[in-house]
Amino acid sequence: MSQLGLLTAIAAVFVQMSLLAFGGGTAVLGERQRQVVEVRPWMSAQEFAALYALAQAAPRPNMLITTLIGWRVAGLPGALIATGAMCAPSSALTFFSVSLWYRFRDAPWRRTVQTGLMPVTAGLIMGGAALLARTTSAAWDTAALTVAALLLFLFTRLHPLLVLGAAAALGALGVVQ
Amino acid sequence: MPDTPAPPRLFGLFAGFLTVGMCGFGDTMPWARRMIVEQCRWMTAAEFTDMMALCQFLPGGNILNLTVAVGARFQGVAGSAAAFCGLMAAPMAIVLALGTVYGRYNGLPAVHAAFDAVAAAATALVLATALKIAAPLRTRWLDIAVAVATFAGIALLRWPLPLVLVIVAPLSILIAGRVRA
Repeated sequence: MSQLGLLTAIAAVFVQMSLLAFGGGTAVLGERQRQVVEVRPWMSAQEFAALYALAQAAPRPNMLITTLIGWRVAGLPGALIATGAMCAPSSALTFFSVSLWYRFRDAPWRRTVQTGLMPVTAGLIMGGAALLARTTSAAWDTAALTVAALLLFLFTRLHPLLVLGAAAALGALGVVQ
Repeated sequence: MPDTPAPPRLFGLFAGFLTVGMCGFGDTMPWARRMIVEQCRWMTAAEFTDMMALCQFLPGGNILNLTVAVGARFQGVAGSAAAFCGLMAAPMAIVLALGTVYGRYNGLPAVHAAFDAVAAAATALVLATALKIAAPLRTRWLDIAVAVATFAGIALLRWPLPLVLVIVAPLSILIAGRVRA
């Protein structure tokens, strides 16, 4: 595919995802994986999981996986196009909603919609996690690492970066492979 | 009456959100609040909380929406753009640097194993997020059913997200409306 065609394809994938990200970027994790690994396909599930891990190791916002996918597929222009496409539609919506918001924030339907979207967001993020786990938990030792890290995230106040760093060390030292 | 600082100009918005972006390891929102309410005093705590509610309601990352909304409030479109560029500059540079390291050294077995291990831990991070969001639902079986159906559509049936949302979102909002009524 030509560079221009590739950039257009990247933009198309992420523009349509932008307005569907109810509950933030993690909510479209599963859809992102489906588009990038199955529909296009631009990379393997392993590589997608690795890029996702990289994005987690960088500062938020957590849509940086989008930047990395664009970069992997089409270099720096791809990174910029992907990021712009993922952010522009939702940002435009926010921009135009600011003034409307003050008119509707006390309306009962506003609260109903917000409450109603919560279980959907929970299901979306769990689905994304399951798709990642299918790749990262293929071996018993990385599966055990996921379980151990999950317990740390749920029951301690350790900084997530500390846990990711410890995992990297375990991998580099050959404890987990 | 305490003196209120002048509304931020474009560079102020860029610089303010640049610091938020650089501090955003873990969760960005506390840093944004600190910068906007406590350090720069662009908004009161109540105004900030109100704007947060809007940003959580709309699709897209909460912090991204907040950045756009704050920029828009003080300097219109240009303000949104300046704040957005400030927020994204440092994280994008860092993530692309990490990506370059990955691309160059992933052939080495130790590096490859390290990335696999981080990916396993990052999976746990998403699982933990999902469980924390789902925790308040545990006594409401209709909500659990919606969450499970959404999960199945995404992870098991592998349906496109728009299709899944068109089915479950109206249903879930309807349920929320009936429970409240």
